[in-house]
Amino acid sequence: METIVVSGERVEPLAAWAEAPPLVAFIRQTAAVAEAELHKLRRDPWELLTRAVQPALWLLIFGEVFVRVRGIATGGVGYLSFLAPGVLAQSTLFIAIFYGIIVIWERDLGILQKLLVTPAARTALVLGKGLAASVRGLAQSVIVYVLAAAIGVPLHFGILSIAGVLVFVSLGAVLFSTFSLAIACLLKTRERFMGIGQVLTMPLFFASNAIYPLTLMPRWLRVVAAVNPLTYLVDALRTLMVGAAPDSFSLWLDFAVLALLAVAMVFLAARLYPKVVT
Amino acid sequence: MADPSPKQVVNGSVAIQTVALSRQFGTLTAVNSLDLSVPSGALFGLLGPNGAGKSTLIKMLITLLPPSGGTAVVAGCDIRHEAKEVRRRIGYVPQLLSADGGLTGRENLGLFAKLYGIPRRQRAQRVDQVLAVMKLDDVAHTLVQRYSGGMIRRLEIGQSLLHEPRVLFLDEPTVGLDPLARQAVWERLQTLRDEYGLTLFMTTHDMEEADRLCETVAIMNHGRVVAMGAPAELKARVREGASLGDVFAHFSGESLEQDGDYRGIRGTRRTASRLG
Repeated sequence: METIVVSGERVEPLAAWAEAPPLVAFIRQTAAVAEAELHKLRRDPWELLTRAVQPALWLLIFGEVFVRVRGIATGGVGYLSFLAPGVLAQSTLFIAIFYGIIVIWERDLGILQKLLVTPAARTALVLGKGLAASVRGLAQSVIVYVLAAAIGVPLHFGILSIAGVLVFVSLGAVLFSTFSLAIACLLKTRERFMGIGQVLTMPLFFASNAIYPLTLMPRWLRVVAAVNPLTYLVDALRTLMVGAAPDSFSLWLDFAVLALLAVAMVFLAARLYPKVVT
Repeated sequence: MADPSPKQVVNGSVAIQTVALSRQFGTLTAVNSLDLSVPSGALFGLLGPNGAGKSTLIKMLITLLPPSGGTAVVAGCDIRHEAKEVRRRIGYVPQLLSADGGLTGRENLGLFAKLYGIPRRQRAQRVDQVLAVMKLDDVAHTLVQRYSGGMIRRLEIGQSLLHEPRVLFLDEPTVGLDPLARQAVWERLQTLRDEYGLTLFMTTHDMEEADRLCETVAIMNHGRVVAMGAPAELKARVREGASLGDVFAHFSGESLEQDGDYRGIRGTRRTASRLG
């Protein structure tokens, strides 16, 4: 690389703000971004209510019809019990996978440029958005629990089960929303992004164990399902909400897969984040 | 936290210096080996037709875009190797509206105060100070989507000042504003320069704005600075009685009516429409 010497005295910022340790600064910045999103969500709760429609349709219409198809081997639980965790995972996916449009929207408004010119870590800007998606996912959990209980699904209401569901829904929302942010940074326009969003959502959903078990799938589809993170989210939620099926993975495997991918996606999206403004 | 004391900038020092700064996009050279020096405490205006390279230059100086060649030093820090240090020392007001309409004025400021790392015990006080300086204390708890255009611009300038930067970059700061709001923003910018010694680097298409505000203007075309000097000096170079618009046309080879492309106009109209 060429060496260029430029004269110019180094000036300190006028206000010498004491710099917090990097981890503390990272947590503060992440929380600040998430908090701003939550302020907006708090003022517009209609978004959460309209999002309740889709899980309701899946459970009350699709579920009630398919409960009559007795050929689906659901590992000793009723079909509605099998379906409810799948619907929660699917709702989390659907909320998070279109989250990337926010970055394009904020770029068009000039908000993103200004965020990127602050000294905040780009990973914090990305993770803050991911956590805001988690809160939306957690709101979906409440809706799915209420609907599932109303149609007689025998849900586990133990503290550990509930806490586990909250952790996994949050993790899934962070993973899929940051994946979505990364895709948006590459595509850069709303039109392209919406097209790809549709293309991604359906394969992730249908090549998973959300609405039918892995054992029903042809071998090639089972391979696809094994590398589909939604499968691990559904598996963990099913174990926690209605009890482990005989062919379930361990919760630790589910957690490890989702956590590793979420961390990778946060770093990938942070790396791609500046591309959206260039 | 200490209030920024007036005139802290040493006269004669350099706030921005570019050396052979270049940026290419494929075969297009947007900024072509640019050498530019902006003294500390200056109110500097960058003019030029769309596609001249102004946006690319500003994006490089604020560390949003890495240069293809050369470098620049902003507030004494190299944009290539000390991007985070540059960001701690600069403020940026984009042409597009960067205040979040879904948040109140105070929440907008609070978010940036946290991102700039202002410690909790000083944060509220600093936000109050900025609200007072920008004359927004009465509407601090109102959603920004209910603000007038002038109030939004003042809030955005306030956001960019929270951390007390040394250099403030403004991209078309008064686009879409009515004459009264424009006048208020001009006065605010002059105050910042005169009382706090900030260096202001702004792009503008508004010749009256450049003429009234800037001591030095540079006209950019095809990625290079084609003329630079005090507005009066540049006008005298063109002809007696010339306006800054004549200077622009003379050096850029374009009339103001010809200026702008679809994307630029769309952005400007979107901003104007959001400003109401």
